[in-house]
Amino acid sequence: MTQLPETTTRKLGLVIDLDTCVGCHACVISCKGWNTENYGAPLSDQRPYGEEPMGTFLNRVHTYEVQPESGPAQTVHFPKSCLHCETAPCVTVCPTGASYKRVEDGIVLVNEDNCIGCGLCAWACPYGAREMDQEEKVMKKCTLCVDRIYNENLPEIDREPSCVRTCPAGARHFGDFSDPDSHVSRLVKDRGGMDLMPEQGTNPVNKYLPPRIKDTWGQENPLAPYLDTVHDTPTGFLGWIDSQLSRLPSGSKEGSE
Amino acid sequence: MHPAPSIIAFTTLSGLGFGLLAWLGIDSTPPTGMVGFVFFALAFLLAAGGLMASTLHLGHPERAWRAFSQWKTSWLSREGVCAVLAMGTMALYAAALVFTGTHIVWLGLLGAALSLATVFTTSMIYTQLKTVPRWNSRLTPLLFLVLAISGGALLSGRVSMASGLLFAAGIIQIVWWRKTDSAFSERNHTLGTATGLGDRGDVRSMAHPHSSPNYLMKEMVYVVGRKHAQNLRVISLVLMSVLPVIFLAMPYPHVFGFLAVLSHLIGVAVSRWLFFAQAEHVVGLYYGMR
Repeated sequence: MTQLPETTTRKLGLVIDLDTCVGCHACVISCKGWNTENYGAPLSDQRPYGEEPMGTFLNRVHTYEVQPESGPAQTVHFPKSCLHCETAPCVTVCPTGASYKRVEDGIVLVNEDNCIGCGLCAWACPYGAREMDQEEKVMKKCTLCVDRIYNENLPEIDREPSCVRTCPAGARHFGDFSDPDSHVSRLVKDRGGMDLMPEQGTNPVNKYLPPRIKDTWGQENPLAPYLDTVHDTPTGFLGWIDSQLSRLPSGSKEGSE
Repeated sequence: MHPAPSIIAFTTLSGLGFGLLAWLGIDSTPPTGMVGFVFFALAFLLAAGGLMASTLHLGHPERAWRAFSQWKTSWLSREGVCAVLAMGTMALYAAALVFTGTHIVWLGLLGAALSLATVFTTSMIYTQLKTVPRWNSRLTPLLFLVLAISGGALLSGRVSMASGLLFAAGIIQIVWWRKTDSAFSERNHTLGTATGLGDRGDVRSMAHPHSSPNYLMKEMVYVVGRKHAQNLRVISLVLMSVLPVIFLAMPYPHVFGFLAVLSHLIGVAVSRWLFFAQAEHVVGLYYGMR
């Protein structure tokens, strides 16, 4: 049913560390791979080798530049997938009941067999987390790898979302936010985890850790003395040539000074 | 937002159809026999034709029946339920009028209320979306309703009533445009709040996730043709309200009445095109676009 549960037993979700993400898109690829081969309809591509290639992705990495009032700009790589919101607007708009939020762990899922492909849930999501698969004509979204995290056929180390398992920088963390002592809850507390577009009132479960303030080296570049190898006033043999050449009518007078 | 032709056709035609049904329902001397048949057939063709058109944009129209189930939370589901109830009620009312000449007053009133409720639920599908600030306005249901009611009055041949309502529709359309033009900026949605990085400085999109536009950009970040928006607004207003009012004041009511309906229909369709094409979804912020 598309009525949201008042509370969920657990609140599973992700913490994404914007300080650590290097923008390699490995999470995008592993997500596409796992979710094409497993739960639900495969994630199709359109014209993958042609003009304007397009495809369904459940996770996309943006890159932003933040220019402070003074000082250098900072580049921030920004992975974005479903935030499994507590008051998920995508669920309540669904006319068929295909979209639902699970009571046991708070994961927002789509029952693809009931999806009519009207696209209203994608309109209702402020984050662009839902994409209509152009081949299967059903709505696709992040499942938090529901087919990995409870999968007893996988080694225990692999029972986490594919994007988290893959991230080479350790910028993605998976856990239960309803437990104040969990790894993810502590990260949010220690690092000032934040909501995206809080003014939309969606209460996202996933949190983002802001980039740390960068170290400063002060005014003086420590390598500067070593870089300063060009002589303005040559000495010795070069100095003699310089002075002789400068005597010629077209020669530069400045070099001999 | 992407102005899908099927949705524009649906909201325009079914709005007009349910508007006509509403007027037929409250009519104290409704048409009977053959004349009644023509009126009701026209209304049902418009209403049902619009609904059929709306299923064209579904990925799986064969599962559309499932959409009647979630009326507790979903305005789209409520619309489906209302539409079926309205058409069912009005079908009985029409059958009694056309075939037996009996006027069942309460059935007509109920059908009229359900017809307007259908238009209202249609408008709420858009109005409810906080993600599209322009639509998320109390004026949106008013705009849909006044267009349906004035179009219905026009179609049912109520000349003086239609003139007044068309004028009112024009005014409400202008007010809706004026109010909603600033809706996005009034909500203070920026790339800064979208990324949570706004308090550190100016945030700028440097690279999109992929090299070419994706579903989200095609569906939600539609910018084609916006530069003609002001001209299209004038064209829409003239066709929707001004010309029909002038036509209604002319002699030869059948010729000019037909022209008035045609002009109104095209005007509403243009207005509906702008309704989508000018609507900006907050997800555009993530792409540095609106």
